[in-house]
Amino acid sequence: MENKEKKSGEARLMKGNEALAEAAIRADIDAYFGYPITPQSEVIEYLTREVPIRKEIKTVVLQAESEVASINMVYGAAGAGARVMTSSSSPGISLMQEGLSYIASAQLPCLVANVVRGGPGLGTIQPSQGDYFQATKGGGHGDYHLIVLAPASVQEMADFVFDGFKLAEKYRNPVMILSDGALGQMMEKVILPEEGSLPKTSAPWATTGKTKNREHNVITSLFIQPEEMEQVNLRLQEKYEAIQSEVRYEEIQTEDAEILLVAFGLSSRICQKTVDLAREKGIKVGLFRPITVYPYPYARLKELSNQVEFMLTVEMNAGQMVEDVRLAVEGKVPVHFIGRMGGMILSPEDILHKLESVHESQNTVNV
Amino acid sequence: MNEKLYLEDEENLGTQVDENYEQVYCRPDTLTDIPFHYCPGCGHSVVHRVLMEVIAELGIQEETIGIAPVGCSVFAYNYMNIDMQEAAHGRASAVATGVKRVLPDKYVFSYQGDGDLAAIGTAETIHTVNRGENILMLFINNGIYGMTGGQMAPTSLIGQVTSTSPYGRDAAQVGSPIKIADMLCLLPGAYYVTRQIVHNPGGVRKLKKALIKAFEYQKQKKGTCFVEVVSNCPSGWKMTPVETIKYIEEQMLPMYPLGDLKVPKN
Ligand SMILES: Cc1ncc(C[n+]2csc(CCOP(=O)(O)OP(=O)(O)O)c2C)c(N)n1
Ligand code: SF4
Repeated sequence: MENKEKKSGEARLMKGNEALAEAAIRADIDAYFGYPITPQSEVIEYLTREVPIRKEIKTVVLQAESEVASINMVYGAAGAGARVMTSSSSPGISLMQEGLSYIASAQLPCLVANVVRGGPGLGTIQPSQGDYFQATKGGGHGDYHLIVLAPASVQEMADFVFDGFKLAEKYRNPVMILSDGALGQMMEKVILPEEGSLPKTSAPWATTGKTKNREHNVITSLFIQPEEMEQVNLRLQEKYEAIQSEVRYEEIQTEDAEILLVAFGLSSRICQKTVDLAREKGIKVGLFRPITVYPYPYARLKELSNQVEFMLTVEMNAGQMVEDVRLAVEGKVPVHFIGRMGGMILSPEDILHKLESVHESQNTVNV
Repeated sequence: MNEKLYLEDEENLGTQVDENYEQVYCRPDTLTDIPFHYCPGCGHSVVHRVLMEVIAELGIQEETIGIAPVGCSVFAYNYMNIDMQEAAHGRASAVATGVKRVLPDKYVFSYQGDGDLAAIGTAETIHTVNRGENILMLFINNGIYGMTGGQMAPTSLIGQVTSTSPYGRDAAQVGSPIKIADMLCLLPGAYYVTRQIVHNPGGVRKLKKALIKAFEYQKQKKGTCFVEVVSNCPSGWKMTPVETIKYIEEQMLPMYPLGDLKVPKN
């Protein structure tokens, strides 16, 4: 991905949701449409509070009647060439899937933040990573993908707004920030991106009113002829192929690692501590953190499978990303999983314990 | 006018007209030259034509963005030579809200059938009007789901036989016809609500006037203009186009009386 945007230099203590909202203002969004749901309501609260009193800001902020309406407002505004975003949490994101499928098909840029909570169903308001499949494998109907960025800090909640819009506008594709209830609610130091550092891109395809020197612009996802529909799908697939070059990940102490922890988002923060605990005990553990969970860093994980004894995937769900890790290593090394669900969070010790027991059993098998 | 003109009526088709004649009526350039796919006698064709004539006459082709529905008029954007967006079933007014909010000085209209606007999109419909979005909502009430093969709509009449009410619509089972325009009048955001027809020339002229008013009001940013058109669906109703005229007049209009339901106070 392109180099990081300029930072304001000013450090603030903020909630993840607020940092996201403030970054959106600084990213000069034209519009935000949303509907309250815990644990992300601070986003719309922050925007409805801040935007009217900051005179220089022209952003439209509107509380819609539902997530169904908000994502369709996003669709309309994005089709009209606006930089637009919404945010929600799991049940709300489920309602947005119809709209997301249309937006992906019509190839419009927009940003959607999912501050995931425990599910399925109404679930709980506590943090979870149970929406990984939905975010990375489609979610709505048809062959499409979102670009999905998984922050692990309040800083990244802000930064990924900028990265997200860059990617969305470059590929004319919806981008999702896949966060969780803890990242949304916790306060950390954040250095905010500088206002005006994300220039607007031109959108000659947008429905801004047909001018004399061009044909009428049409935003649609309807291609009734199967031949045409197939061509559209092929073009989408080409785009997803190009998007593979945007893979981002972080490695912590992987150089000499003999065991690899793989985790995204909040889980990766917990795993950092596990790495320290393990290293204190002389176990050479490294951490691999996918930052983009779509596109997924399969290639790098495959490389790492040449050096490690096994991998342990750590997630706050029943084991979703573990499937991608297994896909990456193509059976070359065992991939184990540890997770908790429903809003429960693993402790670094839980992970260390699992890691040691796998380590032991692997060694026993080898003898 | 230098263009050569030809008569278009059946008897004199193709006869060249004296070049001193002035052409006063023609296909507006707000319509593309793609032929409509509508069934013969379908109200959608006339509404498309009237709407585009109004946009041409008001000279707002370059400033207008339309939202097409899901339903028989799903391809409206192929015929209307203006910038357009296609919306998911029921969501046209939310999409229109998104467009209008970021382009407040453009004219925005949504175009929806009864299944679209009064069934799957009821929430979006009510809340768009309740916010008083400065758009025109054009509602084609043909009392049936045309596109999917003639199923019952929320606006189908009591006793109406459709493919999903084969013994006639029974209010005790599925409720009564929804008078959505009357309901919307209750909302302060509704600025102008009217019900029109397109099955006779007088009706067409009145619809045209209503649409002109709606666009003029939109400029004043006073609230939502909602124009219902009681229309026909020869295929869905399993009638000839001529029979549909009688059906509209005898069956539909008593349920959906014509005229302005809410007009701006001076
Ligand atoms: C989510 C969704 N549900 C159902 C459909 C199928 N569908 C297409 S058009 C239609 C009914 C359209 O009826 P109406 O809005 O009255 O328009 P008409 O065809 O009569 O003009 C339905 C149910 C769909 N496209 N999307
Ligand atoms: S099915 Fe009905 S609404 Fe659809 S085009 Fe035919 S007549 Fe018109």
